[in-house]
Amino acid sequence: MSTTEHSQAGASGGEDPLLLVEDLRVQFVTEDGIVHAVDGITYQVLPGRTLGIVGESGSGKTVSSLTTIGLTRRMGAHISGRILFEGRDLTQLSEERLRRIRGNEIAMIFQDPLSSLHPLFRVGSQLVEAVRAHRDVSKAAARERAIELLGLVGIPDPSRRVDDYPHEFSGGMRQRAMIAMALANEPKLLIADEPTTALDVTVQAQILALLERLQRELSMAIVIITHDLGVVAEMADDLAVMYAGRMVETASAEVVFSTPEHPYTWGLLKSIPMLGTSREEELVPIPGTPPSLIRRPSGCHFHPRCPYAKPRHAEVDPQLEPVPGRPHHHVACLLDSGVRRRLWGGLQGGRTPDEALADAGVTDAAGLAGTMPPTPSARQPGEAARAGEADLAGGPA
Amino acid sequence: MSRFIIRRALWGVVLLIVVTGLLFLMFRYLPTADPAKLRAGRLQSPKIIAAIRRDLGLDKSTFAQFWLYMKNVFGHFNLGYSYYSNAPVKELILDRLPATLSLVLGGAIVWLVTGVAVGIVSAIRARTRLDRASMGTALVLVSAPEYWLGLVALYLFSEDIGKVPIFPGAGSYVGLTTDPVKWFESLILPWLVVAAGTAAIYARLVRGNMIETMSEDYIRTARAKGLSERRVVLRHGLRAAINPVVTVIGLDIGVLLGSSVLVETVFQIPGIGRLNYVAITHADFPIVQGTVVLAALCIIVANILVDIGYAFLDPRVRYS
Repeated sequence: MSTTEHSQAGASGGEDPLLLVEDLRVQFVTEDGIVHAVDGITYQVLPGRTLGIVGESGSGKTVSSLTTIGLTRRMGAHISGRILFEGRDLTQLSEERLRRIRGNEIAMIFQDPLSSLHPLFRVGSQLVEAVRAHRDVSKAAARERAIELLGLVGIPDPSRRVDDYPHEFSGGMRQRAMIAMALANEPKLLIADEPTTALDVTVQAQILALLERLQRELSMAIVIITHDLGVVAEMADDLAVMYAGRMVETASAEVVFSTPEHPYTWGLLKSIPMLGTSREEELVPIPGTPPSLIRRPSGCHFHPRCPYAKPRHAEVDPQLEPVPGRPHHHVACLLDSGVRRRLWGGLQGGRTPDEALADAGVTDAAGLAGTMPPTPSARQPGEAARAGEADLAGGPA
Repeated sequence: MSRFIIRRALWGVVLLIVVTGLLFLMFRYLPTADPAKLRAGRLQSPKIIAAIRRDLGLDKSTFAQFWLYMKNVFGHFNLGYSYYSNAPVKELILDRLPATLSLVLGGAIVWLVTGVAVGIVSAIRARTRLDRASMGTALVLVSAPEYWLGLVALYLFSEDIGKVPIFPGAGSYVGLTTDPVKWFESLILPWLVVAAGTAAIYARLVRGNMIETMSEDYIRTARAKGLSERRVVLRHGLRAAINPVVTVIGLDIGVLLGSSVLVETVFQIPGIGRLNYVAITHADFPIVQGTVVLAALCIIVANILVDIGYAFLDPRVRYS
């Protein structure tokens, strides 16, 4: 990911990006060593569009978003690269100027709405505070606005519920209240960090539908961070897949779902049950666990978990490059694109990774097999599915 | 809520009766000097001692004494008469109460304000030199005995013997109604001494709570809203970190009201602690019992107030 012009997620059309992140690196110095939480990512978000950032826990997706609104500064992060929001480089702004953007032009909602709302303040007073942090209005006017916002996000009887405490709300209502708070000042960009992970499945769909409706009504851009491709399948225009602090595949959502190029993306797609997949289709987990961000694997960071890795992949670090013939689709993978297509074809046909490998006629991949965790095909199907959940359900860092 | 308060109050009364009974038995059965002999002074003929014994009701059976005492305390709110001065214990205590209240409540304000302030600063500057210096000082103050701190304070700052004579020394206490300015000046050193150890404990408590609170998700939300850091710390952080402090402050005030013996003695403040100290040296049981019953009452009431206060501080707590 050395140059920027060929590695932008969501590069489509000539419109000026609302948010342009260039070669962003975020490091934390700890007693155990330097944590490379974000390792040179580049992406852009166009006004009114939705970018989905997908990856497992610890892939750097949350840290990159917190860095965007300046909340990793006080955690002692070393930040380099540029974060251009409407042309202003947020990494260079003073804390006070950044504060005026936070919750005003860029808002953020988080995974667990119960712990993200202050337990000892009424929902209304937390909303009033959000309004008054950026608008010089009276308390009464801010309260009116709070009630209006609660109504906007679909909370019934908002003029009464405005005086409730968060613990008197259900999980879905709490996330709605969080969204209301984020929308208080009609931000141009909303960052939603795993907004549905802590919620019941039925409520998840409601929250996603709400976000989509609000996006249309307020014409704001959304960055939605998730480990669950099902969440972004409906919503996102563009997708960026993150692994070990880097982006390994970026393209429009449609392209990622129809012709994914990176083995990690295949793993994500095959390990998550989605509406529309037949019940007979077996879930295939990604073996192993995400790597340590202090001592990352050599070469391609994904090679220890990749069923298709060749010995050379432990030495060469892949760059995010355009897929031949598709200028807006980028992937960081050392496999030949022809091989990748045959492998994905095999996986789509219901083959296991080993079978797909044999079918694709790749013979020298066995060199790393000895160092790899047991492949899923060796397990019972049910166990494999559960292991897949466990791998992915850890929640974001 | 009101049912909860009534239930707690009734339990409080039961507890007070049990404590009072135990106290009575303790003073009768644990080794002590014979109050009648002490009262007799130099004229210690057996006849006089027997007369005093009869006078004080000490010749009756322990059970009869016990029944009488309990009946007086809970039936007539009568704590008995001092063996030594013959004055009613209740009057003696009420007489001394203003001085103790002045000392303890003033001290509580000092330790609450300094403890919370130092705790917050230490928490947001955690692991800096400032934090280490304040926590080190706190450790010293927690470990220092009050009477020693009191003597050091007098040695350094009192007008009569101090190296830097800037505050009135021991025995300078005057009542608030007599002369408010002198009252205030005379209590400065005692307040500092009585507050020192507790302020140190509060500083450590607040620091710990604040550090924990500041890593909560809702603090991240407050920052993401674009609030100023001052508001994040003082409103969102402190509001959540202060609850445990409220729990202990009620108890600390309750305990001190009945037992500020050392500081009152060092500074010669005519409070309940000092009354108690003198009574102990004279084996004046009724006074000692009276002050301890008062202490128990203060602690029980403080406990109930803390529980009620909790319901107001934390909306998630609801008593039924």
